[in-house]
Amino acid sequence: MSAMIATRDAYGQALVELGRSDSRIVALDADLSGSTKTAQFAKEFPDRFFNAGIAEANMVGMAAGLAAGGMIPFASTFAVFAAGRAFEQIRQSVAYPRLNVKIVATHGGITVGEDGGSHQSVEDLAIMRALPNMTVLCPADGPETAAAIRAAAAFDGPVFVRLGRGKVPVIFAEACPFAIGRGVTLRAGGDLTFMGTGLMTAAALAAAASLAGEGIDARVLHFGTIKPLDRDLVLQAGRETGAVVTAEEHSIIGGLGSAVCEVLAEGCPVPVERIGMPDVFGQSGPADALLEHYGLTSTHLVAAARRVLGRKG
Amino acid sequence: MLNEQTVRSLEAQAKSLRMDILKMLHASQSGHTGGSLSAIDIMTALYFHHMRHDAQRPDWPERDRFVLSKGHAAPALYACLAAAGYFPAEDLATLRRLGSHLQGHPDMKKTPGVDVCTGSLGQGLSQAVGLALAARLGGGRHRVYALLGDGELQEGQIWEAVMAAAHYGLDNLCVIVDHNRLQIDGFIEQVMNVTPVGDKFAAFNWHVLEIDGHDMAAICRGLAEAEAPERPTVLVAHTVKGKGVSIFENKAKYHGVAPSDEELRFALQTLGA
Ligand SMILES: Cc1ncc(C[n+]2csc(CCOP(=O)(O)OP(=O)(O)O)c2C)c(N)n1
Ligand SMILES: [Mg+2]
Repeated sequence: MSAMIATRDAYGQALVELGRSDSRIVALDADLSGSTKTAQFAKEFPDRFFNAGIAEANMVGMAAGLAAGGMIPFASTFAVFAAGRAFEQIRQSVAYPRLNVKIVATHGGITVGEDGGSHQSVEDLAIMRALPNMTVLCPADGPETAAAIRAAAAFDGPVFVRLGRGKVPVIFAEACPFAIGRGVTLRAGGDLTFMGTGLMTAAALAAAASLAGEGIDARVLHFGTIKPLDRDLVLQAGRETGAVVTAEEHSIIGGLGSAVCEVLAEGCPVPVERIGMPDVFGQSGPADALLEHYGLTSTHLVAAARRVLGRKG
Repeated sequence: MLNEQTVRSLEAQAKSLRMDILKMLHASQSGHTGGSLSAIDIMTALYFHHMRHDAQRPDWPERDRFVLSKGHAAPALYACLAAAGYFPAEDLATLRRLGSHLQGHPDMKKTPGVDVCTGSLGQGLSQAVGLALAARLGGGRHRVYALLGDGELQEGQIWEAVMAAAHYGLDNLCVIVDHNRLQIDGFIEQVMNVTPVGDKFAAFNWHVLEIDGHDMAAICRGLAEAEAPERPTVLVAHTVKGKGVSIFENKAKYHGVAPSDEELRFALQTLGA
């Protein structure tokens, strides 16, 4: 059994550590600092924390101004409000002028759980990926989140980081390296490739382990960066394994699955199965039950692997 | 007509609805306690005294509309709708369960009696303005009520809608602000001060009334007086978050935390007494 850590907890901790070493780091929130974990930063650096109240658009606008004034702002709220309510402020005030603002959106995806479909963002990666100048990260676990937050701080430009609500299994080592734009190979294999992001990468690893029992050798790639996508790694896997299953806690439209299909269609057309939310909104329920209900488990990945192998020429 | 007996019976109804709210939150072990309890006296007056509606005909075009703009108080809405007969009281125990028609936040496509989808704060009042415009266009005599949180007033869209409602002279629109002084991160005045509330609405040319949001007679009177020619009305209802059960009152912590076994026992004892 691996340890379980919520990515938002890793964020809260990493942000405090960054704040200690760089006085340009500031944090903003919109009345959710206890949930997004910026409260830890607020406690240690009250002068560098700005609570906008329930006013996400103003929060992003203020972050843009802080960045234009030389600060490195991290602005947080739930993914649905970050990518949704504040979308045009992100577009016009942050992405268009390529300002150094980090949007760290917690509570992405359906594992928000009981709050229901109004609070479960299934579209944030798609929306953010479509913005020029935007970098989009979606780490898989606690250690990778900490590394991604450090990488985002060191990178000069707008970054959207999608994190989750619940605890997820740790799959990376404590001192995990993170390079924006680079995918990682978590398991070698030649029969097909699972390409995961966020918490679905752990499910892909479990699916690969179960297929190995039947003598099927699945490669597992993780994409902590959705944009810019690691094209070379995707194309290499397409060429070498000839079949791909993508896995994300997001709509199958516009996220990792779409990004992978775009790359493969242009560079190495192979059969692909996309696992994700099938163009529907979520609903209330416990996180695990929702993953099961919408087909986002390792069992569903195994079934998708069989389908894609059946389509392989 | 407001007599002593009506007020007493509404107070008893509110007490019973408080118990329903706490029982359903306890059953789901998830949901918003504080803001449901601060709103329930107002909603009791609306659903069981003031609004024209009919549980047998949830789609009756002439019904008064209710917009729970602070959608996280869904348990209060579900308690009222069940007690009014829109669906069986047994359903309340399914709150927030997979497949339940009682979603974490109100869903007009799933729950009979729910007039709009809310949950993302700041959007309900604009929808209420649209409903009021539609009522006027359709020649209906029905009215539109919208319940807003005080923290919710921090959303810029609220003030866009406040401006529009006054601009269109929507005298069929009544807003009630649940002014419990708390949001999630603490007291409104410390997080992002939006007070004084009444003055802001007045500056936008609204008819403004201030009431005690837990005084049933005052609520009913306020709702009766919430009509001014060619102007929308706001009732700024001064309330207590978690009202009715001492352990939940005025505590930011109980914004989004459901009662434990022990807390439920204590609460039911307090309310049943
Ligand atoms: C747009 C948006 N941002 C954030 C939230 C998360 N949220 C839910 S309730 C709440 C606080 C609401 O405070 P208030 O309006 O005062 O409600 P009450 O005190 O009556 O519960 C917040 C920030 C949300 N639902 N919608
Ligand atoms: Mg409040």
